[in-house]
Amino acid sequence: MSAYEAIILTIITASTPLLLAAIGELVVERSGVLNLGIEGMMVMGAVCGFAAAHVSGSAWLGVIAAVMGGVAMSLLFALLTQTLITNQVATGLAITMLGLGLSGLIGSDFVGLPGVKLANVSIPWLTELPYVGRLVFGQDPLVYVSIGLTVGVAYGLKHTRWGLIIRAVGQSHSSAHALGYRVIAVRYACIAFGGATSGLAGGYLSLVYTPQWIENMTAGRGWIALALVVFSTWLPGRLAAGAYLFGGVWILGLYAQAMGLGIPSQLLSSLPYVATILALVVISTNRRLSVINTPASLGQGFVPDR
Amino acid sequence: MKKLLTAAAGIALASALSMSAVAADKLKVGFIYIGPPGDHGWTYQHDQGRLAIDARLGDQVETVFVENVPEGPDAERTITRLARQGAGLIFTTSFGYMDPTLKVAAKFPDVKFEHATGYKRTDNVSTYSSRFYEGRYVIGQIAAKTSQSGLAGYIGSFPIPEVVRGINSFLLGAQSVNPDFKLKVVWVNSWFDPGREADAAKVLISQGADIITQHTDSTAAVQVAEEQGVNAFGQASDMEAFAPNALLTSIIDNWADYYIARTQAVLDGTWVSTDTFGGMDDNMVNMGPFVNMPADVKAMAEATTAAITAGELHPFAGPVYKQDGSLAAAEGEVVDLGTLLGMDWYVQGVDDKL
Repeated sequence: MSAYEAIILTIITASTPLLLAAIGELVVERSGVLNLGIEGMMVMGAVCGFAAAHVSGSAWLGVIAAVMGGVAMSLLFALLTQTLITNQVATGLAITMLGLGLSGLIGSDFVGLPGVKLANVSIPWLTELPYVGRLVFGQDPLVYVSIGLTVGVAYGLKHTRWGLIIRAVGQSHSSAHALGYRVIAVRYACIAFGGATSGLAGGYLSLVYTPQWIENMTAGRGWIALALVVFSTWLPGRLAAGAYLFGGVWILGLYAQAMGLGIPSQLLSSLPYVATILALVVISTNRRLSVINTPASLGQGFVPDR
Repeated sequence: MKKLLTAAAGIALASALSMSAVAADKLKVGFIYIGPPGDHGWTYQHDQGRLAIDARLGDQVETVFVENVPEGPDAERTITRLARQGAGLIFTTSFGYMDPTLKVAAKFPDVKFEHATGYKRTDNVSTYSSRFYEGRYVIGQIAAKTSQSGLAGYIGSFPIPEVVRGINSFLLGAQSVNPDFKLKVVWVNSWFDPGREADAAKVLISQGADIITQHTDSTAAVQVAEEQGVNAFGQASDMEAFAPNALLTSIIDNWADYYIARTQAVLDGTWVSTDTFGGMDDNMVNMGPFVNMPADVKAMAEATTAAITAGELHPFAGPVYKQDGSLAAAEGEVVDLGTLLGMDWYVQGVDDKL
């Protein structure tokens, strides 16, 4: 494996959990809901995925359990914010705290146990191709899932009837309701989708990235995913670019250190954030674009007047 | 009927009193942890120390702990709560608890406090730490013997003296075997982020390092080493289960003896404020089993461990040269304790700048 391949592979592994968690949150926010509980859903996905894979010995069962763990947490969020109309910001934070605590409890018996790693894709001939084979045809399966989800969400939001309904609900829930759309049902579905991808992102950590369970192993990635959604101005293409930019700058920072270039490590550690802020500034100068895509009813609860 | 009730109440009261009398007889020992006991690293070892107190002195002592306490105002509140609840001895097990511990200690002069890795003491606050660098010297020697590439990768948390000291000691150990041995350092600026630790390990391996060691709290780096077929060392706790083929040995913090001794001192009324900087000689730093290495390397590691334990070998014995070529300790001298505690320079051969 050549040096550049190693660099690109490491960048993709670092970026994929961010992309997975963020693409779901993008759909959630497009439907007008702000779910700050990504971190909590991710960490529940991580522990459920690890536990299922360890008990059954199958990494794929782990992936399914990770998705279900994330969905379970997101449905709790949906129940509170959509049916009981609690404050979305406070509920999201509560979901994060609950997830961190509950995952520690569930995972207490799984600490220090060997994990099951999801095997990389291997296609005869194609994966052995020089230079590109390993990069294009030899990743772990969830990398392809994340790219497929991004393309699917981009297409779905823009070109399908369902995408139009989701955007309508996010722009003005009263109008969507008046048109006869079931605002709360749509939002439930979007929140569950966000929970699924967040759970998958957590599962990526405990089944691919570092196949083990450690308390709080998400280490703040949910918050970065949340920032990436805003960074992307709610556009899936930009979201993917942002996730890879963030992962890329972070990994290249590590390489710069290992090569002994003499750049202070603190500066290198802050570079991904600096890059994100700079990109945000550049994007926000284009006022029209950022206003057009912001869901107008983001974060507001909807109570139908009967 | 009324008489019966009074009698019943009297019995209940008496039994309650006797219960509290028993409870009051037991010394309550409190612990404040920076992370979860399940981190399999730093906090895990402190919790093992707490359990050792339970096992040895359980009939006279009751232990309690609070986990995941952030360094700062929350720590002060939590320590105060433990003191109010009647703890007679409180261990605060992270560097950042230093000032909160002192503040609470001033308000509770009868409660004894023990602060790990700090340097401020009062009449009822002791400090304690370990000479982890002694273990680093041993693993440095093992690294130099087993490495094919002559290059090791070191994952650092924060560039503070404790970590820099470990890096220097590791390289001095390695250079005592192979004077040309080189070391690459990558800082992840976190004590605990398994993903980033794994990334750093991958980066170092792709840069040619075939030995990975780390001064961070998780087991991620040794797992990457296992996966990529290079060797690694465990930190704070025995990590063999995570890398059965890659792990050569672990440096293990052993707080149990110290915790039992200090608790016993409080029970006996002989506790006084002290500073403890324990190492291999007083059993606070242990080496895990030496595995996955040839017999001659194992013999060398055991001999070095024995020499450090006996006080015949000091990792920072001269001549020690700083990275810029200046002399830190001449032949026959040893880098003094003050310099060790405030170490802010690399020795020669580190491929990094501070």
